[in-house]
Amino acid sequence: MTTALTIEQAILDAIVAHARRDHPDEACGVVAGPVGSDRPMRHIPMDNAERSTTFYRFDSKEQFRVWAEMDDRDEEPVVIYHSHTATEAYPSRTDISYAGEPNAHYLLVSTREPEQTEIRSFRILDGVVTEEPVNAVQSYMFGQSPSAVDYECRS
Amino acid sequence: MAIDVRIPTILRSFTGGAKAVSGAGDTLADLLTDLDGKHPGLRGRLITPEGGLHRFVNIYVNDEDVRFLGSLDAKLNDGDTVTILPAVAGGALGLTVAHALRG
Repeated sequence: MTTALTIEQAILDAIVAHARRDHPDEACGVVAGPVGSDRPMRHIPMDNAERSTTFYRFDSKEQFRVWAEMDDRDEEPVVIYHSHTATEAYPSRTDISYAGEPNAHYLLVSTREPEQTEIRSFRILDGVVTEEPVNAVQSYMFGQSPSAVDYECRS
Repeated sequence: MAIDVRIPTILRSFTGGAKAVSGAGDTLADLLTDLDGKHPGLRGRLITPEGGLHRFVNIYVNDEDVRFLGSLDAKLNDGDTVTILPAVAGGALGLTVAHALRG
């Protein structure tokens, strides 16, 4: 079990853009990566079937299709993300009770401030929340580039 | 009568790590009873004490959500695939609270 989320800056930017686009509704999605790699590589924005400012739910049919596709490609959900649009980027009681992917990083984005986006990552296992740093890298091909941004200090 | 059942990561502790298991039953309820004999505890993670389908999971027969097929009464045929996935949901406000507010 790793203790940090390492993710490409471009994917992080796409997640934030998705959250801003759907604001004030909560946005949600997945970043898939090869099984066991812990590398989030393929960003899949999902519909929020609830279309709500305070909760989200993956559409069950879309989820089935996306999970089947990941299975075919030997991928798993490395990151599961959603936005909070009026509160901090910290898992709610509901987030914790639903957390059902033990290998996933649960990424939360808060869009409550128009100019600044709060991005935080958590492991949620058996109801226990553990925050971890988010390391944004330019590309996995070059590893930790000098321009890597550590979001840990922005929370 | 063999039904192929796909098990999500979080429930593989009940199947000795197996990603897929085989079961039998004419309905989803029968299948889950059959599975619980071989994998004790699995059924309890899918069905509430009141006997309904747990809101934390989605169960599909082939590619259809069983909530649209009669839930636990969903009919099964030889060769069907049943897929269990964790429901992905949450949000800033507790869903229970939100549903209560919406009446």
